[in-house]
Amino acid sequence: MRISQYRCVACGNCIPVCPMGAIYIDPVRNRAAVNEDECVECYACFRGMSKEHLFPPMVRGIRRVARAFRFRFDPEPDICPTDALVPQELSWPRIVRRAFSDPQVPHESTGIHGRGTAEVKTNDVTHRVKEGEAGFVIEFGRPGVGARFREIQKMTRRLATAGVEFEKNNPVTSLMTDPGRGLIREDILNEKVLSAIVEIKVGLEQVPSILRLIRGVSRELDTVVAVGVSTRCDSQGDDPLAALLEGEGYAPYRGKTNLGLGRITRQAAV
Amino acid sequence: MTNTLHRYSEHYAIEGRTDVAPVQDDYIVFAMSTRSLNDDDLVEKYRTFARLALRHHPVNVGDATKGGVYRPQPHLNPLAHWKRDHRPDADRLINDIDGHTTMAAVFSTFEAMEAFVRDLREADLGVSINISAPMDAARRCCQEVGIKRHSVEYSLGFQGRVERLPDRAVLEIGTMCGHGMVSHHLVKKLLDWIKEGRRTPREATRYLARFCICGVFNTARAEKLFENARTGAP
Repeated sequence: MRISQYRCVACGNCIPVCPMGAIYIDPVRNRAAVNEDECVECYACFRGMSKEHLFPPMVRGIRRVARAFRFRFDPEPDICPTDALVPQELSWPRIVRRAFSDPQVPHESTGIHGRGTAEVKTNDVTHRVKEGEAGFVIEFGRPGVGARFREIQKMTRRLATAGVEFEKNNPVTSLMTDPGRGLIREDILNEKVLSAIVEIKVGLEQVPSILRLIRGVSRELDTVVAVGVSTRCDSQGDDPLAALLEGEGYAPYRGKTNLGLGRITRQAAV
Repeated sequence: MTNTLHRYSEHYAIEGRTDVAPVQDDYIVFAMSTRSLNDDDLVEKYRTFARLALRHHPVNVGDATKGGVYRPQPHLNPLAHWKRDHRPDADRLINDIDGHTTMAAVFSTFEAMEAFVRDLREADLGVSINISAPMDAARRCCQEVGIKRHSVEYSLGFQGRVERLPDRAVLEIGTMCGHGMVSHHLVKKLLDWIKEGRRTPREATRYLARFCICGVFNTARAEKLFENARTGAP
């Protein structure tokens, strides 16, 4: 993301809007600027801020007068008064940042699909996770910290050593050069994203050892890790996973419940 | 996409507290299709989902590709600083649905969620329906509606460099947009403004909801959290 140096009036509204804290006022130019190494191209500023289209020299003039009298205008905090945020043309490898950070990114830019897959949210239709199996979604960088692929690779390498299989349709897997060793493309390792999700599926009996592995590696990473674990319920709607998780010291308080109301409705698919 | 899975509450506090009150004002129901399997007549299925949700007074409804009922306003005039329209726009939400997406509705009471799930079962849309909420509440809802749970996914909270996370109130409000579009810095700024009397909790939640493009930000719960945090109460 860039900020037009002509249009910006240094109002500062965009500074707290950035989830990564990558926007600041350059004291020399008296304009907002973006730390491009920290910007993850999430577009929260560009898309989330409401906009006015005021004439920048006029706004700057008014602000100068107000500042001379030490008046503080109390503007709406989510408005860019001069529409100064300008998306930049992204090329490889920087385009990866947007693919993993902007939930509305067009997927055709990278051929990958957002941060993760449908997990068990459509399990009633896809039957991806079966009874006796556990699906893990290991998310890096969320909330509000961000992560570089170099950190994510530390986890994928250790998971690969444990013999897990990475979900083939997952975006991080698609960027691996050697899934068997958990290796991610060298040219994106320094790219920072708002978050990325690694997905694996294991047998329920492996859940405790995988949880311990994740907990151990997480301590070595310079980011935060959020873990979700899923399974298929039995015919009574019960699941053995909650007890397993509690046994490992976790509080499985919140989560998602697939109600099983989905079905194949396309005649060709039936 | 795990955009509603890791909503922080003190149940996930690092020190493992056991005396935490249950979350009783944050229930999300969402619909998701699978390509080529049940995405026929999808626009109408999703519009039905939204219309049924609106009968039960949701605090937010969203289309993950277009936004929620609160959206950024691209062409404001300067009067907006004094008189701004903060009302949700449900008609626009329904009209803009145009195909593959995830539809979500957020409720602040168990009863509203349960009634909506009952309607969805009757409507038999054929797309996958999930509840994202405290697991006990989702289980109780299923039992009362007569549904057997198909699959479950548990959030295990945060680990790693958790010292880089903000304080509790900011985290509880900020994680209500799981994609991270609601910046913790903005939540903190608005909390300060509320403390200074420059904005009300209600105004603050409307600003934040516009950044959550899936429409899963719970404005009612955020308002309560802001109100509690205003006086610095623990």
